[in-house]
Amino acid sequence: MTVSRLPAPIRLAQTLAVIGTLIALPFAAVAQTAPADGEGIVVYNAQHVSLMQAWTQGFTRDTGIKVTVRKGSDMELGNQIVQEGAGSPADVFVTENSPAMALVDNAGLFAPIEPGTLAQVPENFRPANGHWVGVAARSTVFAYNTSLLKPDQLPKSLLDLAQPEWKGRWAASPAGADFQAIVSALLQLKGEAATAAWLKGMKENARFYRGNGVVLKAINAGEIPGGVIYHYYYVGDQANTGENSKNVALHYFRNGDPGAFVSISGAGVLKSSRHAKEAQAFVKWMTATPGQEILKTGNSYEYAVGNGAESNPRLEPLDKLGAPVVAPDKLNNKAVTDMMTAAGLM
Amino acid sequence: MTVRPRRALCAAAGHSLMTSLLPSAKPTLRRAGRWPHAPAFALAGIVALVALLPLGFVAWVTIQTGWQTVQALVFRGRVGDLLVNTLLLEIATIPIAIALAVALAWLTERSDLPWGRFWAWLAVAPLAVPAFVHSYAWVTVAPGLHGLWAATLVSVLAYFPFLYLPVAAQLRRLDPAMEDVAASLGLSPFQVFLRVVLPQLRIAILGGALLVGLHLLAEYGLYVMIQFDTFTTAIVDQFQSSFQGAAANMLAGVLVVCCLALLGLDLLLRGGGRYARVGAGAARLAPRHRLGLATLPCLVLPVATATLALGIPLLTLGRWLAIGGAGIWQAGPIGDAIGQTVMFALGGAALTTVIAIPMAWLSVRSPGRLQRLLEACHYYVGALPGVVVALALVTVTVRVAHPLYQTVFTVLLAYALLFLPRALIGLRASIAQAPVELERAAMALGRPPLSAIWATTIRLAAPGAAASMAMVALGISNELTATLLLAPNGTRTLATEFWAATAEIDYTGAAPYAVMMVVASLPLVFMLHAQSKRAAGR
Repeated sequence: MTVSRLPAPIRLAQTLAVIGTLIALPFAAVAQTAPADGEGIVVYNAQHVSLMQAWTQGFTRDTGIKVTVRKGSDMELGNQIVQEGAGSPADVFVTENSPAMALVDNAGLFAPIEPGTLAQVPENFRPANGHWVGVAARSTVFAYNTSLLKPDQLPKSLLDLAQPEWKGRWAASPAGADFQAIVSALLQLKGEAATAAWLKGMKENARFYRGNGVVLKAINAGEIPGGVIYHYYYVGDQANTGENSKNVALHYFRNGDPGAFVSISGAGVLKSSRHAKEAQAFVKWMTATPGQEILKTGNSYEYAVGNGAESNPRLEPLDKLGAPVVAPDKLNNKAVTDMMTAAGLM
Repeated sequence: MTVRPRRALCAAAGHSLMTSLLPSAKPTLRRAGRWPHAPAFALAGIVALVALLPLGFVAWVTIQTGWQTVQALVFRGRVGDLLVNTLLLEIATIPIAIALAVALAWLTERSDLPWGRFWAWLAVAPLAVPAFVHSYAWVTVAPGLHGLWAATLVSVLAYFPFLYLPVAAQLRRLDPAMEDVAASLGLSPFQVFLRVVLPQLRIAILGGALLVGLHLLAEYGLYVMIQFDTFTTAIVDQFQSSFQGAAANMLAGVLVVCCLALLGLDLLLRGGGRYARVGAGAARLAPRHRLGLATLPCLVLPVATATLALGIPLLTLGRWLAIGGAGIWQAGPIGDAIGQTVMFALGGAALTTVIAIPMAWLSVRSPGRLQRLLEACHYYVGALPGVVVALALVTVTVRVAHPLYQTVFTVLLAYALLFLPRALIGLRASIAQAPVELERAAMALGRPPLSAIWATTIRLAAPGAAASMAMVALGISNELTATLLLAPNGTRTLATEFWAATAEIDYTGAAPYAVMMVVASLPLVFMLHAQSKRAAGR
């Protein structure tokens, strides 16, 4: 071997160079997928990966602006942005539910959304201060196994599920941001004492699964008669193979019941963004026709919220849901997780 | 989640060899005064300090949170439930895994079971399937598989090789003379096994059981899919609801206490007893017991184990691949994930091995009280779950070391801490085989100490270092929780992509990533098997 005849210092240097290169490899790999400063925007995304992918691909195609996505859950990313403060690498924050938006907004970290973008979304789908805007919506439902529950046995209100007769008969995914958003609406509508009592009843009555899709599967398999989830898990499975929902039907609470809560998925631009123009453009694109059209034609089955935008025809019409009036910017997830932790649900 | 054979595994395999070499390697160098190895101690000390970071973090947040809040968050029903769950899981899984591993090891090493070598390979091969792929396979086959017994079943199947490896290696090394003596004194074969063979397997069993126990505490993906709550899943739940909130940190504190309790229990049970063969010459090969008519019933065990631990995952993967067809093989994203995984694995392995060198060298050349203390710091951190190390690094970087936040460096550091023991084992064994005289000769010929060590010992240790790098790389390529929490924006590894797909119940889309992880792990697992055979000298 010729190498062995080289002087020792050179051999040492060679070895160090090889080790250095090895250690440097992952830096290069990540740098390749995450564009450097000044090139594109970073989106902290809690929405479904596939929906966000459709949005970012369309946006990049129309504008040429690259998008790097960090995936997480609502409150994880919301709290992360708050912790990161002014040093946050995020330009845009997109959630599945409103409480995480309220959290970041209360920390004063959102820049106002451009008036042109706000004008694309009706007032009931955005907070009054205009610091973020709704991009999609989802409805709370009670999914039930049609052979285990008859229509006349269904709960009239979400609150009924804390009653003793529902012991061991319904399921939820309490660790998820979706369910926590429903509880935050309950908290806003009925107050702290009623919510704490309801959570206590829930701890007694409900069976817990991890993920709404898993709840749907359990109901379908007859493991449990019913469960509180969002509508699109059912609709999506029906549109797909129907394998996980063929024994399931949806019950809408309506009548302004807390269980009829419609949760707004929000998007906001961070004050600390160094690409504010591109970030605003992305939010505008999502709320404009091309972005909203993806909700209608794609396989997310969430409601479109833009002015005049139509939702997928498979969905129960939004205006017939009888949703309660909830101020999305006042939803408090911190209080909810504290109460759920205290109730032993987390 | 990860495959982490640690100290325990190789302690059983190669420890006695090393300790027998140690006395002759005592340092007699005088040129640097009282502290001949000060620079090496300084370097190892720095690594040890970094390794103490997660423990320091837990102490720090506990103090910061304030006793009142700590009390409210730790002494509550939910934590009690989790403790019970975790304890039951350990109590149910470990004995079954021990029984299975000892039975398989005896059948493959000490009986005339047909195709013994083949079954031996199959008993190690489940390690190539990451634990969360095991559970992904099982929930596909049996969607209603939830709760403690489901968790126990999948845990045993995923982790029993950690026990099989050291037990089989130990069985190979036993001197049959002891058994002959016992038999000549009138013990029946079964009594011989119970009173002579089994006690000699104690250290190997304890080492393997510790490893399995720590994995049960650390695993995330497996238990999420099987719907069984442990501390690790609860910590991730809290993290996803509040980033690094007080509740998550306090649960992490309790989990660390559990890990340390397990380590303490192991020390306690291990005791001071040693098993060594004395006398001249080498032990002869143990004769294999004739199974005779029992052959067929005995074949059921390895066949059933292989079916459940390998057949089920491979068949399910095959099924999802068939359903998904060509559409799920998206070259772009999959290629991307493979590339990033390989680079993270190589980079992390290189970093881990480099920072393990000072400690490994000191363990051989300068054993003593300080060395043992530093070594303990290096080892304990590998026993911590990925989620705790990641939580510590997230908190520290976001609050006080912001330039390092969400960087590749922090991820690599987490990997290095988690897999430090793996790197140490291989390095220490091979450094022990490099004679100290070479270093001295090189210094006598005018090399400065560092250069002399590098040119002699480290070069001779290179094969061992390469083996430990491979072991670390294997761990990194299947790592999930630390990667999820720490990854820089734009990171996509095989494990995270697999996880993202299963989270959306897209089981077909997840299949290619699972297959790639299994394929990447296979050669490394075979290497591990070969290594344990070599350590036993057969």
